Amino acid sequence: MKVLVCISHVPDTTSKINFTSDNKEFDKNGVQFVINPYDEFGLTRAVWLQEKNGATVTVINVGRAETEPTLRKALAIGANDAIRIDADPTDGFYVASQIAAVAKENEYDIIIAGRESIDYNGGQVPGMLAALLNVPFVNACMGLEVEGDKVSLIREIDGGKEKISSSMPLVVGGQKGLVEEKDLKIPNMRGIMQARTKPLNVREAVDADHRVAVGTFEKPAPKSAVKMIDAENVDELVKLLHNEAKVI
Amino acid sequence: MSVIVYLENWEGKFKKNTFEAAQYAAKTAEMMGTEAIGVTFGDISDDASVIGKYGVKKIINVKGDDFTEYNNYKVAKALQEVASQNGGDTYIISGTFNGKAVAPVLAVNAEAGLMTNVTELPSSVSPLTVKRSVFSSKGLVNYSTEATHKVVVFIPNSVGVEEGEGSAEMTEMSVSAGDAPQSNVTSVDRVKGKIPLPEAERVVSGGRGMKGPENWGMLEELADVLDAGTACSKPVSDMGWRPHTEHVGQTGIAINPDLYIAVGISGAIQHLAGVSNSKVIVAINNDPEAPFFKAADYGIVGDAFNVIPKFTEAVKKLKAEN
Repeated sequence: MKVLVCISHVPDTTSKINFTSDNKEFDKNGVQFVINPYDEFGLTRAVWLQEKNGATVTVINVGRAETEPTLRKALAIGANDAIRIDADPTDGFYVASQIAAVAKENEYDIIIAGRESIDYNGGQVPGMLAALLNVPFVNACMGLEVEGDKVSLIREIDGGKEKISSSMPLVVGGQKGLVEEKDLKIPNMRGIMQARTKPLNVREAVDADHRVAVGTFEKPAPKSAVKMIDAENVDELVKLLHNEAKVI
Repeated sequence: MSVIVYLENWEGKFKKNTFEAAQYAAKTAEMMGTEAIGVTFGDISDDASVIGKYGVKKIINVKGDDFTEYNNYKVAKALQEVASQNGGDTYIISGTFNGKAVAPVLAVNAEAGLMTNVTELPSSVSPLTVKRSVFSSKGLVNYSTEATHKVVVFIPNSVGVEEGEGSAEMTEMSVSAGDAPQSNVTSVDRVKGKIPLPEAERVVSGGRGMKGPENWGMLEELADVLDAGTACSKPVSDMGWRPHTEHVGQTGIAINPDLYIAVGISGAIQHLAGVSNSKVIVAINNDPEAPFFKAADYGIVGDAFNVIPKFTEAVKKLKAEN
């Protein structure tokens, strides 16, 4: 079995987000980058498939050389090999097209991407990738078990969850539940040493459209100062919520 | 040229979410000088004419064996079919779990420019330009597309709905979904009697300060009198006090209700990322230095076990007076 895990290289969750002075780009100055948290669940799940079902796990990223430490970390966590497509990940369709080109050559059984990345929050790549490959797509996936040539999955839906049975190949948009937070694999010393010599192949991008143009960034309007209310006067809070904020 | 809107129904019923999508589409169509056409699937038990109050006058009800259960490829195919018969070039989809799985497939098959996580109506229609949330609500950016076909996915409850006048006509249509990639739904498990978080107008949320799952009763009572959904912080779901589906924050659900009440949640940056789009935030915490107070509109420094029952009583009193 072959599993492909798509890895986004994103600012650490604690990062303060700033934009360049012309507001055209995200300001990377002083920002730590990590594996996208939604992708981490899929990566650990894939490594379990490697341990239990003998799967080989490939990780892939569309990005410039700066993303290689993130891919090395994924190798240290347990992936067998890594692919970096040397291009700027500017648009969901462009990124999905790059990964689809690799997937068409390698016939992966399961492709797992995070449901969304925590930087652009587009949630576009996994579904587009599935459509480009014309295979089933299970989004917001919170459970995955392989049984022979079938996969049973759990998908979050509005107000509940749905159990799904699918053939392979398929594309999964993963989230917490694929594995639990406490079970997320972190690199150990042995993994870090091994990761240095595991293959990390760099490929040229294929031609693909950019269909969306990015304009200027801005920060959300700051909140006005908090109005503090005495703990003994909760009635006052309810009156303010009713009369002033008009939300109850 | 026309605007095609996915009118999602849940077991034949429409929700506020559906109306918001209809209104988004109607207003976009108005800006483009064209009409909006709604598409809904399967048997409808609600009165579809009410959609007209939100500006969509024409609804196509797609039926057939292919549409007895949800499949994102089939929905996408049918939306495309309706578009091709009605000169549709712009698709509007609400960012529900189902909507988010339809949009990227539709965008690939229709060769459309896809703009997701949108928070406002378009600022321009030539080219189509929208504002969207990025960096987990820590930033906003303007996106535009010059593509002939466009798909816009907005965040539920971000643009709001206003009921107007009008009535919609619904006609049936059958579509063959062809040989779409097939996965089968084997069971559906919806939480009964609870308001799903993405569509909740009010949310009561608890953190570690609640000390244990046995203390959630008071939050549920408050949620009950407010018609609110219940949510929790990441540590609470990680410890198994509450289900994952209630975890709001950067790696859980991002919500934007009218009112968010955070009880015993310190307000870590990852939590704020998922809730900062709430229109009004109330923080209740016994630590006056809790970072949440900087992100809140109203704050109470106090013991939740003392404040919450009083809060519930005060809301009951208000409701009795009005």
